[in-house]
Amino acid sequence: MAYVVTDNCKGCRYTECVTVCPVECFHLGETMTYIDPDNCIDCGGCVPACPVGAIEPDYRLAADKKFWITVNRKKAAETPVVSARLAPLPGADARRQALGR
Amino acid sequence: MRAGRRSDDDEIPMADASVFHIALIGSGPSGFYATEALLRSGAPVAVDMFEQLPVPYGLVRFGVAPDHPKLKQVTTAFDRIATMPGFRFIGGVSAGRDVSIDELRNSYDAVILATGADVSRSLGIPGEELTGSHSAGDFVAWYNGHPDYRDVHFDLDCEAVTIIGHGNVALDVARILAKTTDELRRTDIPSRALEALSESRVRDIHVVGRGTPAQARFSSKELREFLELETCDPSIDGRDIAIGDFAAENSHDPELSEKLSLLRAFSQASPAKPRRCIFRFGLSPIVIKGQTGVERIAFAHQASGAVEDIDCGLVFRSVGRRTAPLAGVPYDDRRGVHANIEGRVVLDSAVVAGLYACGWSKRGASGTIGTNRACGLATAQTVLADLPAHALRRSGNPDMLLAQLRRRVSQVVSYADWAAIDAAEKRRGSLLGKPREKFLSIPELLAAAND
Repeated sequence: MAYVVTDNCKGCRYTECVTVCPVECFHLGETMTYIDPDNCIDCGGCVPACPVGAIEPDYRLAADKKFWITVNRKKAAETPVVSARLAPLPGADARRQALGR
Repeated sequence: MRAGRRSDDDEIPMADASVFHIALIGSGPSGFYATEALLRSGAPVAVDMFEQLPVPYGLVRFGVAPDHPKLKQVTTAFDRIATMPGFRFIGGVSAGRDVSIDELRNSYDAVILATGADVSRSLGIPGEELTGSHSAGDFVAWYNGHPDYRDVHFDLDCEAVTIIGHGNVALDVARILAKTTDELRRTDIPSRALEALSESRVRDIHVVGRGTPAQARFSSKELREFLELETCDPSIDGRDIAIGDFAAENSHDPELSEKLSLLRAFSQASPAKPRRCIFRFGLSPIVIKGQTGVERIAFAHQASGAVEDIDCGLVFRSVGRRTAPLAGVPYDDRRGVHANIEGRVVLDSAVVAGLYACGWSKRGASGTIGTNRACGLATAQTVLADLPAHALRRSGNPDMLLAQLRRRVSQVVSYADWAAIDAAEKRRGSLLGKPREKFLSIPELLAAAND
């Protein structure tokens, strides 16, 4: 298994996850982060760290979110590792409120 | 001196006098991550990591369960950090025993304590001193091959065991007791421990906590593993459960929802396998009873006050850990950590110059491995903010101290020495079809370092 970043990250990209990832398996896309499933060690530390609840273990994803497993694998291979927290994307706080978080 | 031993002097390089020297005590996750943050900062710093054992990684080696090998892969990150310029590993040296905190403060510009939480909390009830009453931490250290616990005896010649506590450590202990030797044989569990477990007569494993299912601190990922055990079924005692106990109040919390639905599934299953792991809720321990050894534990039901005895021959308390106090370091007895404010060690709220804490010895025993990355980074930033204005006025230097230490301890272990131990353990393991066979004593570890 591995953990997976899903749609709630899109447009927020708080990168709190990056500070607690022990193996630097987060990659930086334009609008969200992705987890490299081959490096993730399943510690689960990023799940409670995410302010918008975007991260889930792959087995827990609802059927309509399973495609994020492939997206994470593919995008992680194409994007650079992010090893330190960045400023959230503009509008992240508004989006977070809209998500009811 | 041992025959064929390499000269110590060319193993650990000389310290560079133009940089700030930081002593870091402990080689677990928070120690490595504080090191990483210091050495990545671009500031002129060097880190000497002191470890009392000849082997690094702290609880990743001696805490993470042998059947969780993926989590142990985090050591790859630690090994990468250990290659960063400015890093030295000084193993086999115990701060507090072989070198005092004051000596370290006199030789370094700053000292960071990353000493973890080695002391198991007690229940504070009568009978805890009976034979067969142990802390979960001792059992974990034993099945992970910690040299200090190799000779601790756990009498598994009994049918029932009680584990008090509802955290992930309690689940680790329950799972190791529940698994067959075949389920553990391919892990890095020491053969000695596996042999002892193979003779276990344990059938019932009671995992007892005070709270409700929603209050349990273990995670759903660990709980799920109880569905996949070869000869053990999880179950729940219906008497402990009230209507609504399995309903999640917060629909935004998938972790809680999953945990409760797993527990609900446990409560509805009919156990059929020879072993049972019985999750109990709402029970507070009152007294451990027995003539010479543990025979039963009396619990009070939180809701009714009714008292119930659980028969068992072994009890493991798993109710949290505290940092071991260190001579020369103020202690926060209430929190069970080195007294500190945001990582700066304090004495009666006055900052002790040049002394810092990180990880569990800073914030208490909670969180995952990665939590300690953020924590180590925070302490590193505090140290860097304080340097150079508040660097210790030291009269010694790291290499003078290191020269003294070589006369005090039988061997100072470098990271290259650890690599030799690591390779030898892996070789031993491969002969047995497992990833590693650990050396269980300090002399064996040192011999492997010198081979």
